[in-house]
Amino acid sequence: MSIDWKKYKNSPFYDELIQPSGEARRHSQQLAGFLASLNDEELSTARAAAELAIKEMGITFTVYGEGSTIDRAWPIDIVPRVIAKKEWDFVEAGLKQRVEALNLFINDLYHDQKIIKDGIFPAELLAKSVNFRPQCVGVSPPKGIWAHICGSDLVRDDKGTIYVLEDNLRVPSGVSYMIENRSVMKRVFPELFENNDILPVHDYPSQLFDMLAAMSPRPDDAPEVVVLTPGIYNSAYFEHCYLAQEMGCELVEGRDLVVNDDDCVYMKTIYGLKRVDVIYRRIDDLFLDPEAFNPESTLGVAGLIRAWKKGNVALVNAPGAGVADDKVVYSYVPEIIKYYLDEEIKLPNVPTYKCMDKADRQYVIEHIDELVVKPANESGGYGLLIGPKSTKKEQQECIKRIKADPRNYIAQPTLSLSTVPTLVDSHVEGRHVDLRPFILSAGDNTQVTTGGLTRVALVKGSLVVNSSQGGGSKDTWIVDGEDE
Amino acid sequence: MLSRVVETLYWMARYVERAENVARLVNVNNLLLMDLPKGVSTGWEPIIDIIGYREEYLKTHKDFNERSALRFLLVSGNNPSSTLNSLWMARENARTVRDVIPRAVWEGINSLYLYVKENQNEGLTKRGRFKYLEHIIESAHLIFGALDATINHDHGYRFLQFGSLLERADMTTRILDVRSASLIESEVSRPFDNIQWISVLRSLSAYQMYRQQMGVRVKREDVLEFMLHSEVFPRAVLFCLQQMQNLISPIVNSKQVIPAIEEAGKMLTQANVRKLKNGELHKFIDEIQIDLAKIHTQVAELYFLK
Repeated sequence: MSIDWKKYKNSPFYDELIQPSGEARRHSQQLAGFLASLNDEELSTARAAAELAIKEMGITFTVYGEGSTIDRAWPIDIVPRVIAKKEWDFVEAGLKQRVEALNLFINDLYHDQKIIKDGIFPAELLAKSVNFRPQCVGVSPPKGIWAHICGSDLVRDDKGTIYVLEDNLRVPSGVSYMIENRSVMKRVFPELFENNDILPVHDYPSQLFDMLAAMSPRPDDAPEVVVLTPGIYNSAYFEHCYLAQEMGCELVEGRDLVVNDDDCVYMKTIYGLKRVDVIYRRIDDLFLDPEAFNPESTLGVAGLIRAWKKGNVALVNAPGAGVADDKVVYSYVPEIIKYYLDEEIKLPNVPTYKCMDKADRQYVIEHIDELVVKPANESGGYGLLIGPKSTKKEQQECIKRIKADPRNYIAQPTLSLSTVPTLVDSHVEGRHVDLRPFILSAGDNTQVTTGGLTRVALVKGSLVVNSSQGGGSKDTWIVDGEDE
Repeated sequence: MLSRVVETLYWMARYVERAENVARLVNVNNLLLMDLPKGVSTGWEPIIDIIGYREEYLKTHKDFNERSALRFLLVSGNNPSSTLNSLWMARENARTVRDVIPRAVWEGINSLYLYVKENQNEGLTKRGRFKYLEHIIESAHLIFGALDATINHDHGYRFLQFGSLLERADMTTRILDVRSASLIESEVSRPFDNIQWISVLRSLSAYQMYRQQMGVRVKREDVLEFMLHSEVFPRAVLFCLQQMQNLISPIVNSKQVIPAIEEAGKMLTQANVRKLKNGELHKFIDEIQIDLAKIHTQVAELYFLK
């Protein structure tokens, strides 16, 4: 028995590959035909090959609180998600517009705050923001860029519209898995890559390096670029290594760096100290520098912020960029785009209720069983309430939290996330997915990854795609060819 | 080259080397026991002594029976030098420098660790043991081979090789020390002296080379001479010391390490090791080990992250 698309049930959701009639969408016809031609044994062999490749390549992630198991094999489903190039071009333009406006917004907040003076963005929101860093006021990072690397989460609803769910502007992760998923798929289904026009994803590390090098305070020299990691216990350690390796630059920990009396940053090598120009830091703001932020932090480097303010080192993303990585700020993105670029938003936001607004709050409390409530500043799905899947008790607790700190919560309707066929035993079932593309901003040049990381909720009916909570991933194909 | 990175490379190499050495030790002892009559057999006790964890072992075991000893040597969590533990440490070190080592090397260390962990029951059975141990030894060779062929031969690689040579020299002295002590003890064992010294050579992968270099007879004094003084056999202590000196020479500040290496070499070459009686040999080897420890301390002091 093999896959029979006629029997594949995806309604009431939008399926990325298969139409309600059971016909494949045009851009996924070749893939669907190929998969249907495989018998059970070939399917399970392919799956086993993917799992083995992941284990041997050591593609791992870390789940906190698992005792001694500090890394786990990365779960990948072998049925890829396919997007037509024409649609992707539109998404790409929307993402560029968004990140450009967000960078102008952050720069404005740390300088003249015109958007507040002009009455577009409420001053009290900024006053209560946990990611606004007063230490950064007045700093002008190279080319006015604060959020050099942005990972935006996209979802598609049952009507087929793509929405932006959130923007991650602090230290977004996942891009290495996007690239590794492709490597695994090439090992597992080489024949697919021969017969399809699948756009490559492997140029990301070199684009990343070029962007980082362009931020160097000493543009004439060959810049010393490093990746700063909290170490092997961080959930994204695999990625830190991977990117450093692919870019050919040093992976450093806080204890490898030192800031000298000249306010420059150096790394400790066997030949002595060596000057560092650009730091791609994968440590949160508050742990970066015990002098400027959390004095208890042992992960960071004392004096780093001093060196950055003097312009002696570039920090990517800039400290304080997270001010726009906030689910309440998110709800203002359409206004932000209009204000700075005088354009209408291209990629829509998911309709969002702001709990700080009295009418919205009342609506949220009354409809809590229908909505998804999100804290403004938690990542990884922690502290989330999914109304329709929650108990009365959980809902009451959530209402209590909202009333205690309304600024910290937003709510959105439960979206019927789109699905992609996913291998379950030896047949396929629809599973919900999202998509995280990454946007690189170098000032004069903004680039978007070809596709991104597709995360899939492996549990039937589940909407939680985070790998830390039982999510998996899929290779994402942007295919050139006619649209439907 | 970051200080932390060279330190990690150094330890990564030492741990892979250690895992390989323990595997070889177990393999050879296993084969030797089959050749010896019951009364003469030295069993597994000397092997536990060689790796230096007798006390740890006796905390949880009453005797040196084969199964317990093998479990302890190969996969026990209580033995810091068990093959599995060494490979776990090698892998954790490799993980923190995954960005500098070639991908194939990381994958090699990772798969070897997984193999040793997942096939441990196989390794404990009489029948599966040989294949299991051979796989470990071969994989370690593959890892070092892949390193040699694919990593930049820069200072980082010098430290890596340095670590592996130091570990090797250390293990050679341990094997000679414990083996010679346990061999001579009984008069009954005399007829089996020869095969026991052959097994010493085999556990150092030195048998064939010994024959080429030292002639046909396997004699205690020649084995000692060969394993301590050979300048051409890669597991001989003198060879390791000379290589270590060559490796470290081009590195900045190495003038502060070289005297320690030279001193160890001088002490070694001036001694007439053929003539050393058992008690003297033990004392002499102790001195070499102290010298090796000094070299490590000097290197750590000078180059590793403080």
